[in-house]
Amino acid sequence: MMQMIRSGWYRLPGLLRFTLGRLVVGALLCVGVTFISFTLTQVVPGDPVMANLGERAASDPEIVALYRERYGLDQSLPEQYARYLGRLLQGDLGESQQTHRPVATDLATYMSATIELAIVAMILAMAAGVALGITAAVWRNRWPDQAIRVISLAGVSVPTFWLALVCLYVFFFKLNLSPGVGRLGPGTPAPPTLTGLYTFDALLSGQWGLFREALSYIALPALVLATYTTGIVTRFTRVAMLDSLGNDYVRAARAKGLPARTVILRHALRPALAAIVTVSGMAFGRMLAGAVLVESVYSWPGLGLYAYRSALTLDLQAIMGVSLIIAVIYILVNLGVDILYAVIDPRIRY
Amino acid sequence: MTGAPLLDVTDLTVSLPHPDGSRLFAVRDLNLRVGAGQIAGLAGESGSGKSITSLALMGLLPDGAKVSGSAMFEGRDLLSMSARDRAALRGRQMAMIFQDPMTALHPMLSIGRQMTEHYRHHFATTQAKAMRRAEEMLDLVRIPDPRGALKRSPHQFSGGMRQRIAIAMALCCEPTLIIADEPTTALDVTVQAGILRLFERLRGELDLSVLLITHDLGVMSAVADRVSVMYAGRLVEGGARADVLTRPRHPYTHGLLNALPGAGGSGGMQTIPGLPPSIATHPPGCAFHPRCPFCAPSCKVDTPPLVAISDDRRIACPIDPLAPKKVTAS
Repeated sequence: MMQMIRSGWYRLPGLLRFTLGRLVVGALLCVGVTFISFTLTQVVPGDPVMANLGERAASDPEIVALYRERYGLDQSLPEQYARYLGRLLQGDLGESQQTHRPVATDLATYMSATIELAIVAMILAMAAGVALGITAAVWRNRWPDQAIRVISLAGVSVPTFWLALVCLYVFFFKLNLSPGVGRLGPGTPAPPTLTGLYTFDALLSGQWGLFREALSYIALPALVLATYTTGIVTRFTRVAMLDSLGNDYVRAARAKGLPARTVILRHALRPALAAIVTVSGMAFGRMLAGAVLVESVYSWPGLGLYAYRSALTLDLQAIMGVSLIIAVIYILVNLGVDILYAVIDPRIRY
Repeated sequence: MTGAPLLDVTDLTVSLPHPDGSRLFAVRDLNLRVGAGQIAGLAGESGSGKSITSLALMGLLPDGAKVSGSAMFEGRDLLSMSARDRAALRGRQMAMIFQDPMTALHPMLSIGRQMTEHYRHHFATTQAKAMRRAEEMLDLVRIPDPRGALKRSPHQFSGGMRQRIAIAMALCCEPTLIIADEPTTALDVTVQAGILRLFERLRGELDLSVLLITHDLGVMSAVADRVSVMYAGRLVEGGARADVLTRPRHPYTHGLLNALPGAGGSGGMQTIPGLPPSIATHPPGCAFHPRCPFCAPSCKVDTPPLVAISDDRRIACPIDPLAPKKVTAS
């Protein structure tokens, strides 16, 4: 039996084998993440009972005891953790003490908002970062390079929280260019849920007005969220392109009389992509962290906002659910990055 | 020498910017001719300005480099034409082959892609036609299974095969001149011989002219029709191959020949004492004088001009006639 599994395993295509292996490791990592987040929530001072019950209810020992029993807080810590893992295996993430809904349902609702924000921000950051990085490398040490270096330094240095507030003040209160906070205007019905991404759903259902409205609402928080990533991607693209432009094969491409555009975008950018993809994967993790701040300023009903509220009320199950889902996203993004390496460079085989 | 020269370089001077604001002269007053169907060798140690010369001819010098003089190619001056005209020639009428085939091919693009992109650019044709052309060229340089090779990546070939592919790539657009910068240096000796035979064969079959740049006079003696020797950015000697290699007139050429393995008779290999000067510290007078066994007082002050001592022979050394026998005796 073991023999069969083993020989079958080695007959799988390399990339599939690599992916499956990484998924198994990823699952183990997720268990580790639940352990760490469980421990952390126990170590922080504060009592979830006090945080969730009103002052009067919390002073009634009977209600407190019932509450503890209801959420399994009366058991020993190892027992609580073991029960959590047991339920997790069945796909049950527990119930939020704050919303009184299953955590899985909450996550599904809030995650789509964050994913939408992160995708739009990532597209903005990649487009701007790669374009600026290439420009800086091509104009090395001349004024476009100097200017771009200042911009990217500012991008990575500005605190996200501060920038979110300033942009809201300037573009909403002062210039009135932004429609305000939230995903849609008050009273606007959400598009039919297909992907959970409002802009995408509006497009799919052919509602142009709604698409434009959703876009106008997402623009500002996405721009703010993209700032840091743009700075990082610009800097890494610049360095990777400088390195790549010095390659013999780039000079050989010039010697073939190819136009500068082709030399830069085909011959020089291709090897630089590996570094760009790596940094984007890491920046995506940073972006999820930044989402907490941006979402709380822009009342964006996403994972960040949910995590922020759960942390304030010591909503144990919700905090663990959020950590877990972020770990899963992070693991998948990194797996995607590794698979992309093989697509970019034919010399890489898994 | 057959017919009018295809490439006629006159007084080529190339200077590069130094970080401290001064200018470094990598090549000075270089005169060079490549006749149609000829293999012209340009020899010299590393740092002598050979590679800068080739980049100057191709128009691939780094930013900030200044070039003067003229380089007439098929009746037009390369150095004064517009960047656009220059780019149109590059890879089309004049192609270049680089030293290291391991790094000169793009590691992430297929051979087919790399062999067709410039053909399509220069001839504005279809991918299918370009692929057929690429296949023919791979066949010409004797790559087994050309069609299959087009689908593969460079890392699936050995160094010698890659250099053949690089040559095939250079040949795609039917260039009249190929500038080969140390094309065999990174290869081992048997592979080297194969590549040199390939150049000779192609010259015959395609009426190709080659500017062969190498530090290896052995390579030079195998294929070159004419030999020019550079030292510290200047031409020190030039002439027909047999003439230069058997009766060297410049002490430097002499030293180079003695430094070949198996040369110098019973004494074995003799090296030239000292090191070639760096580009920033060319000595005054004749740049070779600190290493020259025949150095006269005037050599330390005056730069010897390149003079024609016969129809076909030029030399930049006043200690003339230099009897080769004396050198071997010292």
